[in-house]
Amino acid sequence: MTQAQQPFHFATASYLTCICNQRAARLVELQKGLGECSDASIFYHTFHSLRRHHFLTEGFSDDFAQWIMAACNLAELAEQLAALDLREYANLLDLRNDIRSRIGDYCQAFPERAQQKAFEPFYFSEAIEVSLPLDIEAQTLEEFYQVLEKLSNASFHFHFVTSRLRLHLRSNDFSLWFSTGLGLEDLAQRTNRIDIYTNTLEAARQQLLYLISQEIGP
Amino acid sequence: MNETRHESHTVHLEDYVPVVGAAEMQELHALANRMKARSVQMVNSTSVGGGVAEILSRLVPLLKELGVTVRWDVMTGGNDFFEVTKAFHNALHGAPFEKTAESFDIFLAYNEQNCARLEMDAELTVIHDPQPAALINGRKDRSGHWIWRCHIDLSNPNPTVWNFLEPYVLRYDGTLFSSPSFTHQLPIPQYLFYPSIDPLSEKNRELEPEFIQSVLERFQIDPKRPILTQISRFDRLKDPVGVVQAYKIVKRYFDCQLVLAGGGAADDPEGGKVLDEVREVSAGDPDIFILDLPPWSASEINALQRASTIVIQKSLREGFGLTVTEALWKKKPVVASAVGGIPIQVIHKQTGMLVHSVEGTAYQIRYLLSNPSFASRLGQLGHEHVREQFLITSAISRYLTLFLHSLDQA
Repeated sequence: MTQAQQPFHFATASYLTCICNQRAARLVELQKGLGECSDASIFYHTFHSLRRHHFLTEGFSDDFAQWIMAACNLAELAEQLAALDLREYANLLDLRNDIRSRIGDYCQAFPERAQQKAFEPFYFSEAIEVSLPLDIEAQTLEEFYQVLEKLSNASFHFHFVTSRLRLHLRSNDFSLWFSTGLGLEDLAQRTNRIDIYTNTLEAARQQLLYLISQEIGP
Repeated sequence: MNETRHESHTVHLEDYVPVVGAAEMQELHALANRMKARSVQMVNSTSVGGGVAEILSRLVPLLKELGVTVRWDVMTGGNDFFEVTKAFHNALHGAPFEKTAESFDIFLAYNEQNCARLEMDAELTVIHDPQPAALINGRKDRSGHWIWRCHIDLSNPNPTVWNFLEPYVLRYDGTLFSSPSFTHQLPIPQYLFYPSIDPLSEKNRELEPEFIQSVLERFQIDPKRPILTQISRFDRLKDPVGVVQAYKIVKRYFDCQLVLAGGGAADDPEGGKVLDEVREVSAGDPDIFILDLPPWSASEINALQRASTIVIQKSLREGFGLTVTEALWKKKPVVASAVGGIPIQVIHKQTGMLVHSVEGTAYQIRYLLSNPSFASRLGQLGHEHVREQFLITSAISRYLTLFLHSLDQA
């Protein structure tokens, strides 16, 4: 049983939603707002949206795509935005730029559609995070497995999804610990490939449990 | 006399573990541990009756059990005060305001009396709704954190009343609204706080099948045929006549029954008129059950919701729509109007079906009756959605997060 030099410390995060004064009633206004809103707002409408709707695997998991589809009826653009994979982003600036760039291109190509009034406004909001250590740690993969079995969705999302913004890596807390703490590079890579879009958070956790059980063996 | 509420509580935190999970409850404790030795005060205008008192009567004991020092105070006022605040309430929902300028004096006088009566010295004070909003005058030297919780739909307020209240609201450190569409352009933070239901309350707890059966028998409803149900007051804004019209379309295709259950007809002349209209359009159909239930019918409503094949909420206007939350929690497929807070709960084709007309309501009911496995999946996902966002445990988590954030800001 390999002991990691540094144990894995489990934590979680609780969020408060702050509704900003900024609103968009048209696609062009959304585009303008995306240039002015805070990073906390970009986070809320993308990473945090994935957590709020983690039990759904159909439809769009980010708020921008969802609004463009449901309130503006612009399916093509909605699909383009939904195709942006949060796992590819280690910072919010790159994510913001890519979203703006896709919407900007669309507004330029279809200026009339960009001016159409949406069925309902888009309310820019921010996520305010309060992170909490859980006073639980794992020193071995076996111990990690036992904790993961009982981990909340909030904690799983904190370590597996939003961690890349803290790490500034295209990775997550779990993979980093498997790799640097336990020397299990292959497990780290396979963990990082788990699809958080076509799986619910619970299904993603089950996949990770399966990968670890394969590593531990009978 | 200071009317500090002393709530009796028979439900304990550990009772929620099977409902929301041990890990989630552990996280509530972790949040609450950081609130030890901090004081919180909640103030509203009634200790019984109404949604706010119902929420506080569950929330406050649970916060105490988590170790938070929390006090719940109720402001007092004469009939003249509550007449004014009732008019305020309606006006903030967009109705005309017909009171005189003296109304504002009455409002302020009672708030001032309560300022003198209540001890307002907690580190975190949450004032619920407009009635006690001017208690902010009792804040000493900008001490503590003061939050105004608005439980009502402020999306289209009467400007006379809102212009009067707004300067008081702006003196708070933050506001809490139930939907983004209820917020305003304000220079203070506006946080999103969904209303919540208690899964262990009489209206929502699991029921024995025998009890559900007995309720159906009492009302002579056939459990073997599909049951379509709308639970709501007999109020035009809930469009019960529209529900009957939608049912009549569905009835051409399915041998189903309709249950319209609610109250409000006995003590509300308008409710009585609406009930008469509903009876008129339903006349001669033995499969329509119009149940004017007394206020103490929580278990019966619970049973009717659980016995339903589909739950309808065809409102023309709605606040948040907690009857939708209750139905989703019971894993029922819901067909509901896209108004007020309903679209927050019903994500179209994922946690329910959103509709905009009588015809649309009828079509979606037919679709769900034809596709029971899809209907069942909607119910399952609706239940998950409520578990994540709209249970009292989520409300506790939001309050604790708000308190910790406010203290961090200080």
